[in-house]
Amino acid sequence: MTRILLANIDKPEQASIVKYRERGGYKALEKALAMDQAAVIEEVKASGLRGRGGAGFPTGMKWSFVPRNTGKPTYLLCNADESEPGTFKDRILMERDPHMMIEGMAIASYALNCHLAYIYIRGEYEFVANMVQKALDEAYEAKMLGPSVMGKDFALDIFVHLGQGAYICGEETSLIESLEGDRGYPRIKPPFPATHGFLASPTVVNNVETLCALPWIIQNGAAAYAAIGTEKSKGTKLFSVSGHVSKPGVYEVDLGYPLVDFINNEAGGVPNGRKLKAVIPGGSSVPVMTAAECPGVLLDYESLLKAGSMLGSGGMIVLDETTSMPETLSVIADFYAHESCGQCTPCREGTGWAAKILKNIVAGKGKRSDVDLLLKIADMMEGKTICPLADADVMPIRSFVTKFRSEFEALCGDN
Amino acid sequence: MIEFSEEGKRRYQTILSHYPDKRAALLPVLTLAQREFGWISQEVAEYIGKLMSYPPSDVLSVATFYTMLHKKPAGKHHIDICKNVSCWLMGVYPCIDEIKRQLGVEKREVTADGKFSWDVTECLGSCGTAPAMQVGDRYYENLTPARVAEIIEKLRND
Repeated sequence: MTRILLANIDKPEQASIVKYRERGGYKALEKALAMDQAAVIEEVKASGLRGRGGAGFPTGMKWSFVPRNTGKPTYLLCNADESEPGTFKDRILMERDPHMMIEGMAIASYALNCHLAYIYIRGEYEFVANMVQKALDEAYEAKMLGPSVMGKDFALDIFVHLGQGAYICGEETSLIESLEGDRGYPRIKPPFPATHGFLASPTVVNNVETLCALPWIIQNGAAAYAAIGTEKSKGTKLFSVSGHVSKPGVYEVDLGYPLVDFINNEAGGVPNGRKLKAVIPGGSSVPVMTAAECPGVLLDYESLLKAGSMLGSGGMIVLDETTSMPETLSVIADFYAHESCGQCTPCREGTGWAAKILKNIVAGKGKRSDVDLLLKIADMMEGKTICPLADADVMPIRSFVTKFRSEFEALCGDN
Repeated sequence: MIEFSEEGKRRYQTILSHYPDKRAALLPVLTLAQREFGWISQEVAEYIGKLMSYPPSDVLSVATFYTMLHKKPAGKHHIDICKNVSCWLMGVYPCIDEIKRQLGVEKREVTADGKFSWDVTECLGSCGTAPAMQVGDRYYENLTPARVAEIIEKLRND
């Protein structure tokens, strides 16, 4: 399997610019700077790279929505607000290979004609932000950033911006609101950030992992990247796997790799001689899959969608046969209730209501009719809000309840 | 009347220089304020508001949105322990009980000596090394009740 993002992750001192350059770092930026800006965008389009934060939107296409010559500056925002439960892939990239992200940002900035970029890092990752800042300082020192990037007529400044604890700020318009110094309330779209983003200027928000793929794509060419993966899911993807597996961690696989092989090989299988019960393949917001649904499913956008779930952020949580599904859903529902920004009534009320019902059910105080009520609340929330946080609660609620209904009913008093 | 330390004032100017718009500096300035004053009190909101020309209510409306900004006094060492799925699966609740036993206070309360406070939090991004908790800018991972006791003991003597 090709290693693009984790190729050097275990090599000593990879976080230092000296070692990064010794191993070929910043050569892609040099190459990009010698290309037309439009040609860089075309290359990224042709690579088939899709956003790795969760939505999977084609990166090159996102860039091509940015208008030129508006008289306003264009901003690039690196989304390092990694907060989807089960996701810890961007953290390892920033901790161990931060220059790959900086080089990716510089390439993207050049393509977009952006001269000021921010890395929005979740506040909890302050220690990671310190490592990134150290790498930025090195990059400035080596003139990879600053008034003349690599001696060319191209200026770029990158600053770290620390969040302060709000899951919703990973949603791109919420991230922009937060960066502007306000409560992180998602915005109604349109207008999209591509035309009216940070300070009402053209803005691109890209995930850390997306940006980290750029140096390889520029260096090796779009065709080489597009040769990896499946017809519609190109390249490699990081999966962070946790829960009931022998080897939790972050692994890079070609898109289209079989889910069951991933759990058994990369993640080392389910420990203690227990059987697999269920998998949440892409972060807590995606529909859960039963063990019986897993064989034959591939880790790519289309295959997981066809199987009734989603690739999401690649934050995989594995559950063994001893796991209580109502309790698991209760933990997840508590999270979305806590993180709802409160702007839209269906989400603010619905997430809290569902969480309370689940607490009751888990405590043995629920009624059978509560199980149907959960599904009704899910219907009342879905698609009725500004941002997808409510939907992120709906997907686990609906999938857990329908696929493991008897477990919920068994806990209800009027059984 | 409170104000930033000399170092804080320098830091404030640096933060402002990072943004084309002053308002964008508000969240980093609040983060700085918490470092300097411990929590975002009414007095802190008034000071920041005066410094940046915003009403204190506006400053507080932003501060109250973000869970890491304390709206009441916290201990010198504030512990945030994750209770999300992976940490829960890997046994965080015995660790939470150990924190309670060690500190003798409920969540969001401060110990009598002012040294500790604690709270449960949502996913820290340590799912592969669960259970995990954060104290200041440090993560502690692969927790067990014994390890929690050890960490608290160390912090107590800090």
